[in-house]
Amino acid sequence: MKVVVLGATGGIGRALSRRMAARGARMFLLGRDPYGLAASGKDLEAHGARVPVGSASCDLLQPETFATALERADSDLDGFDTVVLTAALFATQQRLEAEPALLHRLLLADFAHAVEFCEEARRRLLARGGGTLCVVSSVAGERARKPVVLYGAAKAGLTHYLEGLDHRFRGAGLRTVCVKPGFVRTAMTAGLPVPPFAGDPDRVAQTVLAAIDRGQPVVYAPPIWRWIGAALRALPRAVLRRVEF
Amino acid sequence: MTAEEQLAGWGRRPVVTAVVQTSANLEEATDGASATRGLGRAYGDAALPRCAGAVIACTRLGDRVLHLDPAAGVLRAEAGLSLARLDALALPRGLACPVVPGTEQVTLGGMVAADIHGKNQHTAGCFGDHLRALRLRVGDGRIVDVSPREEPELFRATIGAMGLTGHILEVELSLERVPSPWIWQEVDAVRGLEPLLERLREASRSWPFTVAWIDGVARDPAGARGVLFRGRWATRGEAPAALPLPRRPICIGRDAPDWLLGRSLVGAFNRVYAWASRRRPSPVSPWRFFFPLDAIADWNRLYGRRGLLQYQCVVPSDRGGAARRVLDTVARFGEPSFLSVLKDFGRHGLGAISFAMPGTTLALDFPHGPRAQALVDALNEVVVAEGGRVYLAKDLLTRAEHFRAMEPRLDAWLAVRRKWDPEGRIATALSVRLLGDAA
Repeated sequence: MKVVVLGATGGIGRALSRRMAARGARMFLLGRDPYGLAASGKDLEAHGARVPVGSASCDLLQPETFATALERADSDLDGFDTVVLTAALFATQQRLEAEPALLHRLLLADFAHAVEFCEEARRRLLARGGGTLCVVSSVAGERARKPVVLYGAAKAGLTHYLEGLDHRFRGAGLRTVCVKPGFVRTAMTAGLPVPPFAGDPDRVAQTVLAAIDRGQPVVYAPPIWRWIGAALRALPRAVLRRVEF
Repeated sequence: MTAEEQLAGWGRRPVVTAVVQTSANLEEATDGASATRGLGRAYGDAALPRCAGAVIACTRLGDRVLHLDPAAGVLRAEAGLSLARLDALALPRGLACPVVPGTEQVTLGGMVAADIHGKNQHTAGCFGDHLRALRLRVGDGRIVDVSPREEPELFRATIGAMGLTGHILEVELSLERVPSPWIWQEVDAVRGLEPLLERLREASRSWPFTVAWIDGVARDPAGARGVLFRGRWATRGEAPAALPLPRRPICIGRDAPDWLLGRSLVGAFNRVYAWASRRRPSPVSPWRFFFPLDAIADWNRLYGRRGLLQYQCVVPSDRGGAARRVLDTVARFGEPSFLSVLKDFGRHGLGAISFAMPGTTLALDFPHGPRAQALVDALNEVVVAEGGRVYLAKDLLTRAEHFRAMEPRLDAWLAVRRKWDPEGRIATALSVRLLGDAA
């Protein structure tokens, strides 16, 4: 496995990278903070990744960094076969409603630029006959709900794009894995009230890695969210308009 | 990420509001914080804020391995690395953490702060004896590297100091090379405190890991049921071919009713435990040998809503019957102690106020109750008279005057602490209680 990860320094990305490293994967990390990338690189080497784990600067808010970063990953890994995107922004509905600048950044990072990053990655994968593109979306994109109207809209768009990508390019060898986590206890969700069925990053990573192995187009984590998602999709508008979740 | 949270020690009492700073970057997390907290396994108030609303850094996400050299047996990691992850990385490579406490759910930073001891204290000393270097953020915000050669005074003052000399950011230690990742265990039932202590000392002459358990419910320690555990790393020939696997812990998820750990049921449990532990010498997984309680992720909830009170002290070995006098005090109060653990210590810890000293340590668990303060006071009177001391990682109720009477080393350590934190920016509920820090 030759894998590029954008978002390996924290949360689900760190947990998933460690599990890939434990299999002896060759890895290349993309991110903003050079110290964090170097520390995570060492950590992944200790977990079993092929030495050395390289890294390059890449920022989801600066799409002009994508091509160069993936180019460097490609030459370092001698042609990657898997791309993982776990980086994203999150903020509560209240904050996003109150801070238009933050909302702007979030919509770019979680939808527009995420799609651009995936396009850059899938072009490179398809050029060599395919590979795996694993992207973390969210159950917030499953159905519009009051606490996640804006974040959920961005993630719904991302989910929609990933489904389309799967329809269009699976035949050509591109295996798209859209991850829909429920609430997971990471830095992103620190300080929020913990709802039922909250997940642990390492268990989520285990579920995601199994989905990558199978090339499963959609994976819920923790798995119970598959059923909660189905129930949510079945709820009539009249109900969702009244409830607060 | 900064958020207001309700915090409590592992004993679940008291509950205090703190502003918790969490970041994967520990320099960020500790910026402006008055204390650091890891996985929250200190029983009392060692990782609680000095006052409601104080800023506490959480190291949980700062858990990266920064350097691992299997050939030299050296590991450097961020302070939030858990022992569970360290074991998972080390054991398959033929390495092990040289000293481990009774739970795997602790961080490297916490292990330094408490200068933890284990079943091999009599041979390997404490965790601090195996440290190569630390990186700290001291009171004025500076980042300082300390080791036995660099700033040795601050290095020694930090080991066992419950995080009160600075935030621990990185830890470098030597790992132990082991012949196999399995433990060869032998267990014996022994009746009576004196014979049990005698057998424990005898076992420690030839075994690296020893510990004893005694039925704390028994009214007379002389006739109490006891169990002696001995262990060593299994040789390749004795060990099963497969790697041992950590268990997935069960989770209770709710508070048990208060009657669960009453005298009669605890007594019955202890009887069954003593009986069930009689088994043939055999290789066991290190998780079963070192961390039996980790099988239940939230066992502290067994004590119900009232919470649990741990008390651990060490009494010097040169006084006969000291352990007996501690247990007699417990029996006089009639409090059922669920887990009473005995262990002989071989030497002092390296830290300036480390807990360990040559002697015998006793760890006792009680349900928290209205008589808890009186019980701890009575036990501390005995410990002061014997020349022993209490373990701060488990302490909640010791009074400042008792602590001072136990700690002739206190003033020397306080001088070092003041030198690095003259404005007293680093403090916890424990230091407010025992050292008179400003709340």
